[in-house]
Amino acid sequence: MSGVRVLVGTRKGAFVLTSDEARKSWKVDGPHFAGWEIYHVKGSPLNPDRLYASQSGGWFGQVVQRSDDGGATWETVGNDFSYDGVPGEHQWYDGSLRPWSFTRVWHFEPSMHDADTVYAGIEDAALFKSTDGGTSWTELSGLRTHDTGKQWQPGAGGMCLHTVIEHPNDPDRLYVAISAAGAFRTSDGGQSWQPINKGLRSGEIPDQDSEVGHCVHRIDMHRSNPDVLYMQKHWDVMRSKDGGDTWHEVSGNLPTDFGFPIAVHAHEPETVYVVPIKSDSEHFPPDGKLRVYRSRTGGDEWEALTTGLPQDHCYVNVLREAMSVDSLESCGIYFGTTGGQVYASADSGETWAPIVRDLPAVLSVEVQTLR
Amino acid sequence: MIRVVLPAHLRTIAKVDGEVRLDLDGEVTQRAVLDALEERYPMLRGTIRDHGTKKRRAFVRFYACEEDLSHESPDSPLPEPVARGTEPFLVIGAMAGG
Repeated sequence: MSGVRVLVGTRKGAFVLTSDEARKSWKVDGPHFAGWEIYHVKGSPLNPDRLYASQSGGWFGQVVQRSDDGGATWETVGNDFSYDGVPGEHQWYDGSLRPWSFTRVWHFEPSMHDADTVYAGIEDAALFKSTDGGTSWTELSGLRTHDTGKQWQPGAGGMCLHTVIEHPNDPDRLYVAISAAGAFRTSDGGQSWQPINKGLRSGEIPDQDSEVGHCVHRIDMHRSNPDVLYMQKHWDVMRSKDGGDTWHEVSGNLPTDFGFPIAVHAHEPETVYVVPIKSDSEHFPPDGKLRVYRSRTGGDEWEALTTGLPQDHCYVNVLREAMSVDSLESCGIYFGTTGGQVYASADSGETWAPIVRDLPAVLSVEVQTLR
Repeated sequence: MIRVVLPAHLRTIAKVDGEVRLDLDGEVTQRAVLDALEERYPMLRGTIRDHGTKKRRAFVRFYACEEDLSHESPDSPLPEPVARGTEPFLVIGAMAGG
């Protein structure tokens, strides 16, 4: 019997939500790691029982948890994210230089090519790789030591590497995104990197054609069409049809093109979801109406999806890691809010219902389709 | 025998109940106690001290015998009652909200 497992990271612990294919009735398990910030929990595409959780906090730093039984039990694995060599410096908010300093893991990307390989995107921005299931970590330092590295500076949420996307057919090709540096691509397994930010326009930086400095919030891709990338930037929803070589804006008729997450439908490579947020300072939906917007045309033309979502007095945010899709026949869409709700739609966004309403602020939502 | 009291979150990570008891050879210092603690419980590496520099994390405190030893040199001898095992070495999460 197929079903789904929704992995939810919150400000005060992790939760595992499970359901059968109908996605009507849910079992809620948690909190795991109660009291800790869980920035991300994600399962291996090759071994769904293997999960990684980023557990961190101001007192005791970073802990990495791994489960090999689908979240029933967890073991600590390696948490040493020491930068390769002398870390050097990057720009700080005030333009001064500040040494690279590890804060936390924002994102785990278990490889779709090897069950023991997992990538970690960290703050201050760097990419680490483990080939032993998270026991030990090695920095892919060609990214951080890129010529532009000294120009990178943090966004309001910190200088985090939050997006890691593997190319489905080429294990050496990866895309990453960093706030507020931009998007980068490697074709040699992470040895060398290329900024891929042409076409991005950001009013917050003086040179619109700058190679870096763009605040990318999230990128997603459909596995069947890996040259097409979708990006939610600080402002603007963007699309690339050439693997990031160039981008063009597809915000179209969105009520606002500010937002954090973006997700692609599991079976329709041109169907994309965003959650418009009013502005960079007003981190809540316009007009107090929580609306997911869907485009079936790869952007530009968007429709509001509202059935089952609060349409009055709703002032929550949906963070960049907090939306995901399942791959059941009728594609499910999921997102979590800073108000602690996790909403699910089992019909591609037509109708929504909360799975839970009162969790701590949701930081991340990942979905596993179990068969 | 050295007695170490860990905060609840670190007891959970180390999967221990109550005090940790460590046998040390040589002088009893913060560094010696923490080295022995991390040797016994490697999952605590990085949670009390930085992996590389071994500096105390900012919001961790070390107390013993009703004194705050957090700013003492890691190589200073700990109080005699700690070395004798009559008083515990306390690892504390600082009062820092959250």
